[in-house]
Amino acid sequence: MRYLLYVLPLVIFLGAGVAFWWALDSGRDPSRLPSALIDQPVPEFDLPPVATVPVPGLATADLVDTGQVTLVNVFASWCVPCKAEHPILVRLTEREGVRLVGINYKDEPEDAARFLDDLGNPYARIGADPEGRASLDWGLTGVPETFVVDAEGKIRYRHVGPINPPEVESVILPIIEEARR
Amino acid sequence: MIPELGHFALILALLVATVQTLVPLVGAHRGNPAWMAAGGPAALAQMLLVAVSFGALTYAYVVSDFTVANVVANSHSLKPMLYKVTGVWGNHEGSMLLWILILAVFGAAVALFGNNLPPSLKARVLGIQGLIGIGFISFTLFTSNPFERIFPPPLDGQDLNPLLQDPGLAFHPPMLYLGYVGFSVAFAFAIAALLEGKVDAAWARWVRPWTLAAWTFLTGGIALGSWWAYYELGWGGWWFWDPVENASFMPWLLGTALLHSAIVVEKRDTLKSWTILLAILTFSLSLLGTFIVRSGLLTSVHAFASDPDRGLYILAMLVVAIGGSLTLFAVRAPSLKGGGLFQPISREGGLVMNNLLLATATATILIGTLYPLILDALGGGLVTVGPPFFNLTFVPLMLPLVFVMGLGPLLAWKRADLPGVLSRLKVAAGVGLLAGLATLYVQNGGPVLAALAMGLAAWLFLAALTDLAEKVKLFRTPLADTWSRARGLPRSQYGTALAHAGLAIAIAGMVGSSAWKVEKISVMVPGETKQLSDYVFTFEGVERLPGPNYMSQTATFTVRDGDGRLIATMTPEKRVYPVAGMPTTEAAIHTRWLADLYAVIGDAEENGPGWTVRLYYEPLVPFLWLGSLVMMLGGLVSLSDRRLRVGAPRRKAAPLGPAVQPAE
Repeated sequence: MRYLLYVLPLVIFLGAGVAFWWALDSGRDPSRLPSALIDQPVPEFDLPPVATVPVPGLATADLVDTGQVTLVNVFASWCVPCKAEHPILVRLTEREGVRLVGINYKDEPEDAARFLDDLGNPYARIGADPEGRASLDWGLTGVPETFVVDAEGKIRYRHVGPINPPEVESVILPIIEEARR
Repeated sequence: MIPELGHFALILALLVATVQTLVPLVGAHRGNPAWMAAGGPAALAQMLLVAVSFGALTYAYVVSDFTVANVVANSHSLKPMLYKVTGVWGNHEGSMLLWILILAVFGAAVALFGNNLPPSLKARVLGIQGLIGIGFISFTLFTSNPFERIFPPPLDGQDLNPLLQDPGLAFHPPMLYLGYVGFSVAFAFAIAALLEGKVDAAWARWVRPWTLAAWTFLTGGIALGSWWAYYELGWGGWWFWDPVENASFMPWLLGTALLHSAIVVEKRDTLKSWTILLAILTFSLSLLGTFIVRSGLLTSVHAFASDPDRGLYILAMLVVAIGGSLTLFAVRAPSLKGGGLFQPISREGGLVMNNLLLATATATILIGTLYPLILDALGGGLVTVGPPFFNLTFVPLMLPLVFVMGLGPLLAWKRADLPGVLSRLKVAAGVGLLAGLATLYVQNGGPVLAALAMGLAAWLFLAALTDLAEKVKLFRTPLADTWSRARGLPRSQYGTALAHAGLAIAIAGMVGSSAWKVEKISVMVPGETKQLSDYVFTFEGVERLPGPNYMSQTATFTVRDGDGRLIATMTPEKRVYPVAGMPTTEAAIHTRWLADLYAVIGDAEENGPGWTVRLYYEPLVPFLWLGSLVMMLGGLVSLSDRRLRVGAPRRKAAPLGPAVQPAE
């Protein structure tokens, strides 16, 4: 029994060695973004509204069993690509009638309010995430980021970075259509 | 011509390393004194040859010899001289050569200063060092030759990754390698002891200075790396639990455990097989770190360009070195006899506690680092393990450790009087409690953990001072007597107190910056002001300025305090290095000693005068760097202890320099 203890380090190391060999041999790419959130329910979170912006806050309950597809967009007033993406979000809500909600990431309430005053507010609800905690649960890698959530509250698609106009037709709208079915 | 000389010297070094391995090991096995004595000259010859090789590569960088592929890929004729030289180790091939050079220097130091070692032990230690040398030199020659030529030579080089053109990172790799490679000596001693079948107090006394030196360098290396991440990456943080950071932190934790368990072997002749195992595992983790960084196995912000062939070669090396030594351990260690018995409440007990907590912490980090890979191997898909995991598991292990650290040095060997020790520490306990409560009050609803950690940091700091005060009987005997006691106190005692107090200071820095950091990201137009904590930042605008090998967009902020007095002008930059085609951010940091003010400039608005600006108020971060320095000082003071020099009557000259400091 005592001798087994002395062999244990060797056994553990050999196990790790096999895993390393596999990792080198299988040609896996560790820099692939994990897509663990796809087809998973939205994470648990509850965010208050942004002060001085006249739309309510955002919580998990607002995304589960809503009976419609929702776009969740993470944005910040200081984020230059968010500004570029904004007219596209406005158009998606006005022309396509998509329900859009926002998570305001690491922002000042005044700055966010000014941003939305200048550019228009397409969001039905906005949750303020000044510390970035809830965004962490969403697996955020940067702003902007957009998620397509289906009627039951499952994440169906994740878009990293701003949505370009061609991607609306080629990617976003087809996925929304599919999620509606 | 010069690069070929370097290449040739490296090939010769490989042959010499083979001699250094075979002859002394066989000699020690057969008891042949002449063969055993061959280890010393071979180690010196190896160092000389590797130095020539390293010098040749450095020369190629200094004169910008663009017929050498490695220089083309990592240098540029306009680069400042400092970064031409540090570019030598700012890439995979060159850094392997630096690693080998340091290994050879340590080998030569054992040969030069190990005269009081029993000949067979010295022969075996040098033999094992030679074997490690064979592994790394052949790896470099066969998979990563830095002397390869390129034809036709290009007009100019591709420049060093601009993130690495930085004074902090220039000296981070040498320090880190001095630490990693320093543990190879402890490893060689452990293997040699297993071959000899003998571990005693003298053995522990020989191992300790090497471990101490390696630990001191590694502390410095990690602190420098963390400092670089803090000011160069511009994310306002100093530690990200990134695989490469963890790779350097694990040997540090286990090396710290080794440092302490070696004391028990030396003083009490027990914990032998555990200490041997720690010595093996500490170096194994250093090797594992190399493997992770250079094989592209895990993603990291710091990784070198990776290559699967290299990965397989290092993996084979790992299997031989770690697998071989653990096999030897499994066969030989059970026959090592333990010595002195002790009560749970004793100095030994405290050190065992230290070892258990440090080893558990290391295992936790190892699991967290490798978990994504192992889960993927078992078909579980890709996951990332982030800071929340490490904070949740590592911090709870460190809190009891810090508590025991305060007690440990005051406990007596064999059996300690706990109530007595506690009563001597009542001031430290009181101040610790007060510091915790004051933190709780001042932060007003902030994290309770932060208050607890601040209390423990104060406790540890004062307990370290109390330990010294007790030993010199401060205020209990006349001052003259205290003074003579203070002079007579072994330096290792001062080292312990300094290292422990340094950690206390560093903990305060860690807590402050993680619990009370204020971050403000916004778009600012010139002339706009923002308030952060008690400071008002005014954005004055952005200028375009040329640098030696980059273009800079330099922003200017003036910072005023609550009364409107000008405190600082801060100039964060965004640089573009046209040759490497890479942008970097240069954070502006103004230290107020109790806190840092930190500013980073981001992108300009597309059609507007605004810029994205990140402002941070970083409380207590300077304590982190100060604490690290005090810890290193503790290591150096302890290294100068007389105990580590006695028994070396034949040595006359002082050690040559820091790299070869730890004699015998």
